[in-house]
Amino acid sequence: MIRLLMTLLLAVASVPALAALQVFATVPEWGALAREIGGDKVSVFTATTALQDPHRIEARPSLLAQARRADLVVATGADLEVGWLPLVVRDSGNANIQPGRPGYFEAARYVTLLDVPVVLDRSRGDIHAAGNPHIQLDPGNLFRIGEALAARMGELDPPNAPAYQAGYKAFAGKWQAAILRWEKEALPLRGVPVLVHHDSFVYLAHWLGFKTTGTLEPKPGIEPTSGQLSGLVARQQGAPAKMVLRTAYQSNGPSLWIAEKAGIPAVMLPFTVGGTPEAGDLFGLFDDTVQRMLKGLR
Amino acid sequence: MLQKPFAVAALLAVSCGAQAASDADLAAIRSQIDEMKKSYEQRIAALEKKLAQAELDAQAKPAAQAEAKAAAPDRPAPGPVVAAAPASASAFNPEVSLILQGQYVNTKDVPNRTITGFWPNQLDNLRGFSINETELVIGGGIDPYWRGRAIFAVNDDEVGVEEAWFQSSAIGHGIGLKGGRYRSGIGYLNEQHPHQWDFANAPLMYIAMFGSDASFREDGVQLKWLAPTPLFLEFGAEAGRGANYPGTDRNRNGVGAWALYAHLGDDLGVSNSWRAGASYLRTSSDNREAELYDINGLPALASFSGDTDTWLADFVWKWAPDGNPKYQNFKFQSEYFWRKDKGSLNCSGLGTACDPLAAGDTVTGDYNTNQRGWYAQGVFQFTPNWRAGLRYDQLDSGVQNLGANAANLVVEDYRPKRATAMVDYSWSEYSRMRLQYAQDKSMYGITDNQWILQYIMSLGAHGAHKF
Repeated sequence: MIRLLMTLLLAVASVPALAALQVFATVPEWGALAREIGGDKVSVFTATTALQDPHRIEARPSLLAQARRADLVVATGADLEVGWLPLVVRDSGNANIQPGRPGYFEAARYVTLLDVPVVLDRSRGDIHAAGNPHIQLDPGNLFRIGEALAARMGELDPPNAPAYQAGYKAFAGKWQAAILRWEKEALPLRGVPVLVHHDSFVYLAHWLGFKTTGTLEPKPGIEPTSGQLSGLVARQQGAPAKMVLRTAYQSNGPSLWIAEKAGIPAVMLPFTVGGTPEAGDLFGLFDDTVQRMLKGLR
Repeated sequence: MLQKPFAVAALLAVSCGAQAASDADLAAIRSQIDEMKKSYEQRIAALEKKLAQAELDAQAKPAAQAEAKAAAPDRPAPGPVVAAAPASASAFNPEVSLILQGQYVNTKDVPNRTITGFWPNQLDNLRGFSINETELVIGGGIDPYWRGRAIFAVNDDEVGVEEAWFQSSAIGHGIGLKGGRYRSGIGYLNEQHPHQWDFANAPLMYIAMFGSDASFREDGVQLKWLAPTPLFLEFGAEAGRGANYPGTDRNRNGVGAWALYAHLGDDLGVSNSWRAGASYLRTSSDNREAELYDINGLPALASFSGDTDTWLADFVWKWAPDGNPKYQNFKFQSEYFWRKDKGSLNCSGLGTACDPLAAGDTVTGDYNTNQRGWYAQGVFQFTPNWRAGLRYDQLDSGVQNLGANAANLVVEDYRPKRATAMVDYSWSEYSRMRLQYAQDKSMYGITDNQWILQYIMSLGAHGAHKF
């Protein structure tokens, strides 16, 4: 038994240190951003897919095993991953990725959060104390997050710091041009009233200037009820919304029901990288988001 | 300290636009903050964080704004914004949560409820309305090196320390060290508290193994090591006092109980994940007492001294479409145990077959058992709110060798069985109502049709989604 254990320990110790910076991204957008910045210098594991609700993930054994080997955890923060990430980080036995260490990065700390609740009370639903955590849908946020992430990656992997800086610069240049393009394309969306399944698109609305006039969930995190849905349909008379938005991981039932009753299109947005076939990377994410919304407007 | 006035100014600048802040304003705000500090410690911590963030924003803003401007000359002006408070369950205060649990129980009246064929630990015969123990959980980081957690179970007339431990956070190399009172890491269900169970009560196997608590709790130290492999591979070892059944408190130096375990787990595709484990627990008893029946059906006091070895195997499999458990998911879990007592049994009791007056002395004989049992359960969540589950329990009283006491005491050969069905409804992650029916044949000659209507509510810090 002891011999077996020693052999195992030796085998583990003799594995050469992996060259690439091991990044554990909680959600696809940060995985994609780390790839943009790090290129082939990083090896990225993404804990969730665009089809998974990041609020509802469990601390699966596979996530623990990946966190154990990570050099850097890139999370959204603002309590988005509160149900599972603290547990994963805690039980990983990896001192480098504990909160407060350089190996733990929270994107939400670098941007200004919207919808910060004034009163913290669960009778208002599953609210996030720090504010709405779905920050990736304002592309402007990715400048500050990307800059901070590149600096952090350089801190953890000093030999490649210039490469990370260069990676960020190249990304930021392309990103600026892309934002200009998206904003021009999305001009018709300004002021357009929409319904949303969950408060997933607060930052997108803030950026593109469309108006959220109602949510299908009666309270954040509480599934849509028939009462809430019929209330929204009734309100269509006075203040008609032009479309109803949902993410790839939210069930289509409630928004299809509203769409049929109110005669407006139900639009599924990728929400993050991989949410639709077109949203293969960060650029594709916004290309497709804008296109799908414009199509909904027609 | 110089930063504070600047931070206040920055916050004002952010929230009030171009309005300039005079020294008098700052003084007023500071005195206001001081006043609030007395009565609202929590709020002040949050506010200070906000100030710090505002400062950070103020420093970072010119660059970011320049970028943003360049990128979007005609973007809509940002509305009044509030700086982000760093994400944590609470600023410097520990995470606190409270679990409320209670039920209505409809069962047969069985005053001496035990499991036939197993060591007769007395079990609850509680019927009608009742509340379970109310759990208060307090936890948080102690410093960069340690974190701690305490769980208090509040009952009618006492507060029990359910768990109270510290855990390492800075050792690294996959090592986790825990010390204090904790639920042992053996098996799958052992670490879970009753409010985390998928049924209103524990599997028979856990009650047979660990008594009415249905969990082996330990005062001791736990060392875990997670291997740096893509496959989840974890080893654990524990040494402790071993004061709880199947051991006893022994008033000795040294270690009263040992535990060893290994866990293995992974994902299969994006929709399936699993974990399997094997555990071993060694406990020792000095005069573990219970009431057994003598050959005339009279209660006699039996006391066991010796060692108990328990082996456990556990398996959990979870499925969710696309790995998104929110709308639908299925969970299968099964555990098997095998236990051996080895030592001596002392029997006494006036008027019984081992009456010291009649026999000359209390009767001490060998006591060896070899017992086993298992359960399997499946729970299907078919909508975001509704779940339904089935569970089957079976035990085997196996070998119970009483040595010299075989002539005095009676132990029964029996295979306790129970089948359980439940359905529960969750309004949110924090509240659940459950209806459970069980046909319980854990006692020889009794078929108990049990109905339980149960609620579980939690308030405070967000609970962890443990696998």
